[in-house]
Amino acid sequence: MNLVFRVLFLFALACGSPLLAQTAPTVNQRLDTLDAATKSAQLSGDNAWMLTSAALVLMMTGPGLALFYGGLVRRKNVLSTMMHSFVLMAVVTVLWAIYGYSLAFGSGNTFIGGFQYVFLNGVGSAPNPDYGATVPHETYMIYQLMFAIITPALISGAFAERIKFSAMLVFTILWSTIVYFPMAHMVWGKGGLLNAFLGGKIPCFDFAGGTVVHITSGVSALVCALYLGRRIGFPRESMKPHNLVLSVVGACLLWVGWFGFNAGSAVAASGLATSAFVATHFATAAAALGWMFAEWFKHGKPSMLGGISGAVAGLVAITPASGFVKPFPALLIGFLAGALCFLMVTAVKNRFGYDDTLDAFGVHGAGGTLGALLTGVFATNAINDGLKDAAGKPLPLGLVDGNARQVLNQGIGVAIAWGLALVGTFVILKIVDVTIGVRASAEQEVEGLDLAMHGEEGYNLEA
Amino acid sequence: MKKVEAIIQPHKLDDVKEALKNIGVDGITITEVRGHGRQKGHREVYRGMEYEVDFLPKMKIETIIPDGRLDEVSQVICSAARTGKIGDGKIFIYEVLEAIRIRNGDTGEAAL
Repeated sequence: MNLVFRVLFLFALACGSPLLAQTAPTVNQRLDTLDAATKSAQLSGDNAWMLTSAALVLMMTGPGLALFYGGLVRRKNVLSTMMHSFVLMAVVTVLWAIYGYSLAFGSGNTFIGGFQYVFLNGVGSAPNPDYGATVPHETYMIYQLMFAIITPALISGAFAERIKFSAMLVFTILWSTIVYFPMAHMVWGKGGLLNAFLGGKIPCFDFAGGTVVHITSGVSALVCALYLGRRIGFPRESMKPHNLVLSVVGACLLWVGWFGFNAGSAVAASGLATSAFVATHFATAAAALGWMFAEWFKHGKPSMLGGISGAVAGLVAITPASGFVKPFPALLIGFLAGALCFLMVTAVKNRFGYDDTLDAFGVHGAGGTLGALLTGVFATNAINDGLKDAAGKPLPLGLVDGNARQVLNQGIGVAIAWGLALVGTFVILKIVDVTIGVRASAEQEVEGLDLAMHGEEGYNLEA
Repeated sequence: MKKVEAIIQPHKLDDVKEALKNIGVDGITITEVRGHGRQKGHREVYRGMEYEVDFLPKMKIETIIPDGRLDEVSQVICSAARTGKIGDGKIFIYEVLEAIRIRNGDTGEAAL
């Protein structure tokens, strides 16, 4: 038996010796393994942050915006207002999946993408080098979807309390297709006209959507407010928020969620994401104070509504600038936005008398415009060195870098956003109005849209 | 029997409730109401527009008492609810035709 075992042992040794030779790795092999592990960690970190950011941005719509807007309307319309935000979470998702992502981010021409990604064909776990080189392409797609959802939801602030639900659905489908997908393509899509980083003829800096999201929705909101007309009883009747508590909760969810909106636009868990996070937070704080002090000075008391409105104004204004500016310019941008938007929703709105019910234009349209222009002033390659010359040296970005022309480029981007929103929204409203009618009837408006459109009431406190 | 209906400042409810309990008046119903007499409302500003809010929150207290206790109860409510400022409220007295205890059918003052 002893001999058998010895022979077997020698046999095993002979077979095993090649393996034995391989279990002592060379230095190069170990470096390769380390390299792969580091890349994998980077990918994990980036993807984890991006998926979190996508969730944060969705939370901004539901329940952030739903609560913020819902609390500001009269009780009889609370559900209808929340429904506007909620239903878009569903509707826009379907559009995006079928053709929206493709039109926005596919390769097409300078104005609109193509059909290569229709039904999300080819959008899988492999990264797309143009859209987040370290995360799955699918991650980028789902992240951008959340932006496509919230943008039309913002417009609902202008037509709250008097729009027909069916009209709102059709309007949103057409608006997303005709205004949002092209604008997103022009600023963020490969080859888009305004895409500074991917070959745009007119390089515009819009880190997270000052033009794409806020100007388009804000200006469209103004068109809607003017086209639909004032609510019955406006402005004589007092139409106070029925539940500011909901609005405060919503605003705070917006503030926190916006870190996903802005810092997530770095498409990586990087130093740039941190910078955008900080700039976002600083601008919001300054804007809340700016509005609050303006109101305290003008009306004698600082209101909670003023505080949260100021915060949202700051969030809007810093959106295009967030990944381009230093912290203290961010504070300044926020403060100016707080003051400007305060004037817009009080003095300007009252002077002209339009019923922008929830101040979508005053905050998003005006705040977005201001932020986009100031981005041209304060953008610096000390924060964002993504634009490089042929030799690999970072190019100057904004006025503070010595590139005064950027302010003009920003102006062009702003003008295009304004133009597309103005024309597109008016045309769509006309089409929808002529076919199914946009405004609720007077009886429906007086009864309240919750009952008239949805057959329910928000509060049954006696039950 | 008389119904004593008092419209008072909301923050005076506890004082009035305690005072009535101390003189043995147990039956009381309260309702949150809004209203005004000659008291001015207050000004609210919403988005830069000023609005006059005329209807102020008040508390309505109702209690049914035997005829003999009318003066006593009115006086007790007045002293408990009074602050001396405009907006203190008012008391109205009504004649009650009948009172019935649902549990056992008692009527008249026995039902109070």
